[in-house]
Parts: sequence; C-alpha cells; structure tokens
Amino acid sequence: MSARTFKTDLPVLLPAQAKSVERFSIRLEPWHGLVLLLICVFSASVGFAQSTPVKAPIFEVLIRWMPLLLTGFVFNLVISFLAMGIGTAVGAALGLGQISPNPLLRKFCWFVTQFFRNSPWLVLLFFAMFLLPFQFDIGIAKIPLPDWLKATIGLSLPVMANVSEIVRGAVNSLPSGQWEAAESLAYTRRQTLWLIILPQCVKRMLPPWMNLYSILTMATVLASIVGVSEVMTLTGQALAAEGGRSDLLAPFYSFVLLIFFIYCYPIARWTVYLEKKFAVKG
Amino acid sequence: METFYEWFRVLYDETGINLPFIYDSYDRGRMFDGFLLTIKLSLVCLFFSIIIGMIGAWLQGSPLKWTRRIVNGYIQLFRNTPPLVQLYFFYFAIGSLLPKVATDYGGEAPLLGNFAWAAISLSFFAGAFNVEIFRSGVEAVPDSTVEAAEALGFSRLQIYKDITLPLAFRVVLPALNNNLVNLVKTTTLAYAIAVPEMLYEANQIWSDNVNVTEMMLFMLLAYFVLVGVLVWAMNSWERAMKIPGYGS
Amino acid sequence: MNWTEDQPMVSIKDVRKSFGELEVLKGVSLDVMKGEVICIIGPSGSGKSTLIRCVNALNDIQAGSITVEGQEVNDKNLNKLELRKKVGMVFQQYNLFPHKTALENVMMAPVRVLKQDKAEAEATARALIKKVRLEGKENSYPGELSGGQQQRVAIARSLAMNPDVILFDEVTAALDPETVGEVLITIKNLAEEGMTCILVTHEMGFAREVADHIYFTDRGIIVEHGPPATFFDDAKDPRTKEFLSQIL
Repeated sequence: MSARTFKTDLPVLLPAQAKSVERFSIRLEPWHGLVLLLICVFSASVGFAQSTPVKAPIFEVLIRWMPLLLTGFVFNLVISFLAMGIGTAVGAALGLGQISPNPLLRKFCWFVTQFFRNSPWLVLLFFAMFLLPFQFDIGIAKIPLPDWLKATIGLSLPVMANVSEIVRGAVNSLPSGQWEAAESLAYTRRQTLWLIILPQCVKRMLPPWMNLYSILTMATVLASIVGVSEVMTLTGQALAAEGGRSDLLAPFYSFVLLIFFIYCYPIARWTVYLEKKFAVKG
Repeated sequence: METFYEWFRVLYDETGINLPFIYDSYDRGRMFDGFLLTIKLSLVCLFFSIIIGMIGAWLQGSPLKWTRRIVNGYIQLFRNTPPLVQLYFFYFAIGSLLPKVATDYGGEAPLLGNFAWAAISLSFFAGAFNVEIFRSGVEAVPDSTVEAAEALGFSRLQIYKDITLPLAFRVVLPALNNNLVNLVKTTTLAYAIAVPEMLYEANQIWSDNVNVTEMMLFMLLAYFVLVGVLVWAMNSWERAMKIPGYGS
Repeated sequence: MNWTEDQPMVSIKDVRKSFGELEVLKGVSLDVMKGEVICIIGPSGSGKSTLIRCVNALNDIQAGSITVEGQEVNDKNLNKLELRKKVGMVFQQYNLFPHKTALENVMMAPVRVLKQDKAEAEATARALIKKVRLEGKENSYPGELSGGQQQRVAIARSLAMNPDVILFDEVTAALDPETVGEVLITIKNLAEEGMTCILVTHEMGFAREVADHIYFTDRGIIVEHGPPATFFDDAKDPRTKEFLSQIL
C-alpha cells in the first residue's frame, strides 16, 4: 500500500491548502502506542478471565514466547533491509531509465515499472517463491537460494517499481529552468543529471522513500503465507504449541501489532517531519 | 467459442503450456468466480471505507479533545501495523470471541464468515487512509468561497451540499483513486483466511493441475490488466471532473 | 418595526468590533438613504472592509447597532437568511464557485435560496449577464474568464438575488489595470439606476464621480466625511489631507 501525499492541481484551492499543512499534519504522539499496549493488556485480561485455572496465565505464556517472537521480528527487519537495498538499487536504475533520452529504453523502463507497481505484493511474492530456482548453478559452484532469500527478492520487486516512480517523480518535479540553466553553462546531460538534478532530488525523494520502507516492513509478514519463519509464522507456531487456546489469540496478535507499531510509528513521524521541513524550504 | 477453448487444449497437448482456466469449464468457472469475488470484495470495502472516511473526517472536526484523539489513534494504529496481522486479529482473535450461531443443519457456524471478516478488516484499513483524504479535501475549500455562499443566503447544509462537497470531492479524487487501486491490490490478503478470491482460486487450480508457472504469469497479467483498466478509468473520470480553466 | 423610505436604509450607530485584543472599529456611525451611493476610503487596516462585512453579518460586532431597513443586525436571534436576501455583496477576490458556469453561478442562489422556478431564474440570469455585458460567456467556467469578467459575473450573481443594497469590498483591488474600467462602468450603471451601494474602494477618481457621500476612516474611526466636491477639494482634517496627498 502506498500513501501518496495528497496533491491538488486546482490553483484556486491551493492557498487554503498550504495554510492547512500546519494545522492538519497528524499529531503522532507516544500515547498512540499506549493505546495498542492497552488493547494488548486488555485482551490478555479478557482472555485470562475466560481461561480455566488449569491453564498457565496468559502473561506468563506471552512472556515465555516473547524472545522467540522478537527474534522472528528481527528476521523481518533483516528481510526488510535487504529488500529495500535491492529494490532501491534496481529501482533507481529503472527510474533513471524512465527519464532517459532514448525513447526505447524509456518505454521499456516505464512498462517494467508499471507492471510491477500494478501487481499486488502477495502475487509478486508468490511469483518469486514459485518461479525462482532453489539454487543457482554458475558453473563452478551451486549457490543455494533459500526460501527467505526468494521472499526477499519477491518483496524487492514492488519496492523496485515504487522507487523507480519516486525517482522519476522527483526529477520531473524540478523546474525545467534547472536543466536549461545547466545546459547554458555547457554541462553535458550526464553532468547535469549527477551534479545538478539528482542532488536536489534527494531531499524530495527521502520522505516517500521512507514511507515505502515502512510499507515494506509491514509487508514482510506476507512471507509467513509462503512459510518463511518470520514473526507471524512463529506466532502461529507458538499458538499451536500452546494447544490452540483461543484465549491466547488476541494477546498474541496484539503483541505482533504492537511491535510493528513501535517500529513503524517513529518512521512515520519522522517522515511527516521531513515532509514539513522540506516543504517550507521549497 | 468451443473451438477457441479447444485450441488451448491442443496448445497444452502440443506444447505443454497448460491453461485449464480457459479450456476446462470447471476451472473456468472457479477462475471467474474468483474474479467476481475480488471485484465484490473491492466494492464492499470501497463503500465501507468511504463511509468510515466520511464519519472519521467529521469526527475529527469535533470540539471534544478525546473524540479527535480516538480518531487519530485509529488512523495511526491502522496505518502503522501490517494489514495482514490486522486481518488475522479480526478473523482469529475477535472472531473467536463472537458467539456462534446455529445453522440449518443443526451444527454451529461462526457469526461472521471469512468474507465478512476480510471486508471488515480491509475497510478499516483503507478507511484510515480515507479519513485524512476527506478531511484535507474539505479543508482545501477556501473560506472565502464558503463566505460568498453565506453572503448569498445559502444555509449551512446547502453550502455543504452544493459548494463544499463538490469542490472537496474533486480535490480528493486523485488520492481516493490511488487508495482504491491499493485496495484492489490488498484484497489478495483475503487469500490468507481462505476467501475464494482470484489468487485463492488460482492457487486451487495450480494445486490441481501442477501448472504454477502458467498460473503465476496469468495472475501477474490479470492484476496488471485489472489495475490498469481501473487506473485508466479513474484517470478519465478525473479528467471529466476537472474544472475548466484550472490545473494544467 | 416599520421602515419607511424617508428613514436611512442602512444605519450604523457607534459600532465597535475587535478581533481578540485588537480593536478594529472604535465607534463608527453612518447612515445610507435609499438610492444613495457612499464610498468608504482610507488606508489599509483602517477597518473599512470589516465595517461593511458587519452590515451583512459576515462579522459580528461587540457593541453598537446596525439596522438594515429597520431590522437590527446586532441580534443573536437574527434571521441571517432574511438579511442576506436584502443585502448583496461583491468580494475583492470574486469568490465565484469554480465548479459552476457563469450562468449557473448567477442562477444558483435564486433557485436554491429563493426557491425560484428554474426557467424563470435562468431567464433572469441571462438578462443579468447581458446587463454586465458578458453575452456569450454564459457557459464559461470562472477559470476561463479574466478577473474583470469574473468580477462582473459576481456582480450579476449578487443582483440576481434582487437585493435592496449591495456592498462592494475593494472589488477592483485584485484586477489587472486594463480590466478595472469595465467593472467600474458596471457599478456606475447600477448606481445611475438607483441601486443603493456601499463601496470600499481605492479608486479616488471613481469615488468622486459616482459617490453621493465620502467617508474617510483611519484607525477604526471616521475621521471626516462629506460630499465628494467638498471632501476632495476642501478636506479639513490633517490626516485626510495627508492621505489624499499621498494617493492623488
């Protein structure tokens, strides 16, 4: 899911909007996390009240499994870092391809970008899981490709497409005067791009890029559907190991929601901060 | 039509490219049902997420501090946690707390089925985005335009209905469309709780026919076309709704 | 309360208005008879726009009294709708409804607010558009019109409500110099037809030509007033003299 920053092209409506930035930016506050924690505690106590005395108390069970679940979450983060890295590298190249002077390359990169942007993340994940070989044979050695790495590649595909669009959007959002000024100073196209245009774009690209990272992090749980042992898979296994007690469901899922919230919320807050900061400086 | 289907059966025999959802009437039916369910789930979620968005935007204008805080909490909660875990939470955790109802066959069934839970969960997820979209739209209408209507004697309701809403709607349309496209893509998550939508049916077919490659490529293509058509339709709609003389 | 034509149509008595700490109007009084045209001039920030916005209750006042045809405006139970049917207003920024054509802008309020028959309202609207010399622009959207044309549509929109008095709030201030003239001619025609007009303006030449009475405001009070001839050629107060010397 991408949350494109809201824009309008009706000039008559612009001043009021610019004004509204200050007033309506979401106030993200620590108590939002508290609410989640409360749900977690509340559902735990509801479950506790329902459970029979024979069973272990819910908090005890949750605390017993917590280290394992957190390890699983760290795995989610590893997947997210790798997928973001791969996606950004390939996506940046694709995005530059989209603004290439060569019409054929431009069309091709545009098509690839659109193709992977329009596909649901889960479908791309399946695509990578089922169609990538379990190992690469490069003549002298066989490089194994474990499931989690395939999942990482699968998740990096939509990241790649979105990064490509972010790059294209940022470059296109610069006033054409920048290109013309550089041209009149006898810069080559390549010099203009790397020395003038891209440095200015980094600022514009950072907030959407961080937003994308947050979306990717939340998408890593999809890997549980294809059997990678990340936090969601481990949660399911923990619940099964406890004998499928239904009173454990709410606390465990709340706990997973909570870890993601604690991780993604500061990123969202920082993104909003950067957006505001860059918007003021223009 | 039959010869068309036959051609794909021959294609399979000759080349091994197996597309049973074209030549096999049973698989064709499954695939089509899955497609319809994806559309249905999208429409249901679209409807409820817009309702949630409108109510949320209205509540955010409330003078009560705690009302605004609760709405904000809802938005942050649903935007910063994985939609899949939200879906599991709704389906497994809340679903298990609800009472069961007796079926006609004397057994017991959950109060809400998996389609209903997918619809609820995804509506809340998309709704969290819509609240902010709607609010920004209403706020984007200049006070001076509202004032002009006031000076002409329009009542509050008339101003909201004739001036604010039509203008706000045009402003939010691109963001709303973007959200809708994402919603259609997110319906694939319903696969995880066995809602027989398009991806789920495709999975059934590749399990039965062992033709993962073909089905995978077909899925990519199907969503590409589905979303492509949607984006195209939305863009033409945006163009049609554009106020002449404004924008580039 | 019965109002007769020999009494002031608009009567402002000792009006005080503050925005928070800032007192903008410090006891302003003036009367406007039916068919009279008065111009309020003065440096920016002197409270002239605030004053006329109080006449149709877009701003409320803290003390004093404003009556329009005998109806008290400074009244919590005021029927704003009834007031605004009598008092038209034209704004500096035109404030046309951008999603409606010129014709729709003009006929919208009569249909929605006065519940006029649509065909009748359209006929009136067409006549008014002709009156402001914009035949052929009926189906243009505000974004497709120049500032001067938009302002003339705004005047027609105000006239469509058949008001007894029209407030003009610096209606030429936002216009390109070349379109100022066409708007002033329109207002002048109205004045000649006997429409009661209250204008806030910076166009001194125009004020001298059309006004029956000039009021000069500075820092929330009326410093000096009189018929144009005496006011412009024989100002008494040093502040008026200074202002006129700067602007003429």
